[in-house]
Amino acid sequence: MFFGSLPMIFKGLWVTLGVTIACYLFAMVFGFVWVTLKRIPFKPFQWVVSFVLEFIRSTPPLVQLFFLFFGLPMVPYVGVSLSPFTVAVLGLGVHYSTYISEIYRSGIQSVDKGQWEASIALNMSVRDRWTKVILPQAIPPIIPMLGNYLIIMFKEVPLTSTVGVAGMLLMADKFGARNWAYLEPYTLVAIFFLLLSYPSAILIKKLENKMNRRFDKKDPTGAKNVKKGVAIDG
Amino acid sequence: MAEPIVTYKNVTKSFDEVDVLKGINLDIAPAEKIALIGPSGSGKTTIIRLLMTLEEPTSGVIEVNGQNLWQMEKKGELVRANEKHLRQIRGDIGMVFQHFNLFPHMTILENCMTGPINVKGESKEEAKKNSIEMLEKVGLGDKLENYPNQLSGGQKQRVAMARALVMRPKVMLFDEVTSALDPELVGEVLEVIREIAKEGEMAMVLVTHEMDFARDVADRIIFLENGVIAEQGTPEEVLENTESERLQQFLSRFRS
Amino acid sequence: MIPISQIGEIFSILLQGLNITITILVTSAFFSFLVAFLAGFGRLSKNIFIRKFSGFFVEVFRGTSLIIQLFWFFYALPILFGIDLGSEFWACVIAISMNYGAYMSETVRGSILSVAHGQTEAAIALNMSRFQRMRIVILPQAVRMMLPEFGNYLIQMLKATSLISLVGLADIVYKGQLYTNTNLSSTPTVYLLILVFYFIIALPLIGLTKWAEKQSSKGVASE
Repeated sequence: MFFGSLPMIFKGLWVTLGVTIACYLFAMVFGFVWVTLKRIPFKPFQWVVSFVLEFIRSTPPLVQLFFLFFGLPMVPYVGVSLSPFTVAVLGLGVHYSTYISEIYRSGIQSVDKGQWEASIALNMSVRDRWTKVILPQAIPPIIPMLGNYLIIMFKEVPLTSTVGVAGMLLMADKFGARNWAYLEPYTLVAIFFLLLSYPSAILIKKLENKMNRRFDKKDPTGAKNVKKGVAIDG
Repeated sequence: MAEPIVTYKNVTKSFDEVDVLKGINLDIAPAEKIALIGPSGSGKTTIIRLLMTLEEPTSGVIEVNGQNLWQMEKKGELVRANEKHLRQIRGDIGMVFQHFNLFPHMTILENCMTGPINVKGESKEEAKKNSIEMLEKVGLGDKLENYPNQLSGGQKQRVAMARALVMRPKVMLFDEVTSALDPELVGEVLEVIREIAKEGEMAMVLVTHEMDFARDVADRIIFLENGVIAEQGTPEEVLENTESERLQQFLSRFRS
Repeated sequence: MIPISQIGEIFSILLQGLNITITILVTSAFFSFLVAFLAGFGRLSKNIFIRKFSGFFVEVFRGTSLIIQLFWFFYALPILFGIDLGSEFWACVIAISMNYGAYMSETVRGSILSVAHGQTEAAIALNMSRFQRMRIVILPQAVRMMLPEFGNYLIQMLKATSLISLVGLADIVYKGQLYTNTNLSSTPTVYLLILVFYFIIALPLIGLTKWAEKQSSKGVASE
């Protein structure tokens, strides 16, 4: 009886995973949008963008989902009815893009100022400066943090059950309603989440350690690694 | 030598696979001034860190005032000392660090007072009086309410020395205390150490690269190499009249 | 589109939900700090059982989502403890406190560990006891480091309180939804106003966090 809900929940697992990936990709792309917008050299515009970003980041994603699913259809003239999946991707995607844009910003910030100056001195085009100098140095250190957000979004997807996304939580709810036993399916869902998120978190930590050893700020040439017999190129 | 205040008996120390100290035997007399010199990696800092209980010896015995520092008796057997035992003996040892290690969230006066008040149980008034006296001695009597981040490196190190001195240890350890300073700030710190040495009551062990200073201040100079004491003697013996080639080679690096 | 007077009406309805939102937030914040320090110190303990147990607790609550924990406690509490009175309230408080307590325990642990090694050594050189080292040297510096992250988590807890509407507590969201049930056309406005409401509450917390960030860069030694 304890495992009675297993088949339903397993079905929900695939939806949960699919929505996670879709939301994550959307957030990663939209994060770039914020970064680009904030670089437009017009102070009032930057202020507005910052305000909107802070507003979205500091308000509950649940309410944002409700707005998109229940509210948008009621808007006169432009109201559209969006599917649960679309609402999930838009809602969680935009919400978490605000956090991811911050990660992008800190990655770019961490590149030594001298790198910009050197690329200008070499008369590089703006595009080359970004693709050949800045991004290759900005991206590797932030990869662990980006990985963490994949896990974070995976855990936030159950919120979308409230707007009809047929993930694990909705399945557990359905089973519970039919059989008047909620505890068992919820426990199973929790276990599923743990089984997936915990090993992923460990993997990310290992990745982070590897990155830290390679990019130790106090030891930029990796000389420390040489002593320990580890090749500098990892 | 009259009863030594500190004794190292066959002390060894290994980190992972590396043997840093390979059998140190050393007696330190009360009020003796010792300079520890040697190439990096020779173990000089490790020797004093063992005494300050910042590292534990792999084997051997360290005695302070005749008491075994790292071991104690429990039910008739010799076991590794517990925290209580260490604290009993550690009060006679003081240390000044290469990177100062001042407490950034306290003024320099508070930095000096915190030891006497919390560890020695002195009253606030007494601790304050002694701390002010010590800070004036090192030339920082006008900066009592400043925070460490407002001071230069040389000033920070002088505060660190005042903080350690106000505990009135019997042995004071100096771990390359000028190595992290800009050259023009080194002199003021060495001057203070000279004054302290002149007062005579404390034993001092200085790990240093400042050879001229070592010659001035030290009663005995010990040359450490590869984890063992390779040479020791008076400054004249070691710095000028040594027959050891390795030591001559080492010292030649410091001659202009 | 929507007349101003109706906005005023909506706001006063949402205001009715403010009480329970703030109560849950404050109560959960209190307990989550408690949990954070208990679990944080637990993970640093010399006793292997305490360490493993705290570790397990932290991993479980970090590895599962708040909404699942909330539903679980909501259904589990009456069954396990026969508590029926106010079980929704305590289910919410317990879920939020455990969840964020687990995350914040990492902040606690991380800050204590990152107070520079040299500080501990200086405290040993002054012959301070282990307890004195923590109380006089490490904690004052660690707490200053923890504050900005705590501020961020507090804002996240505020957002998390929106979930209590899902278990029937009459908070801002719930009150707003009641209104939209009878005034369907106002739905988008109501949800937007709910967001604005939360944002207004969040503003002082955001300010506090920024202040804490400034404070944490002073007076801390980290190598």
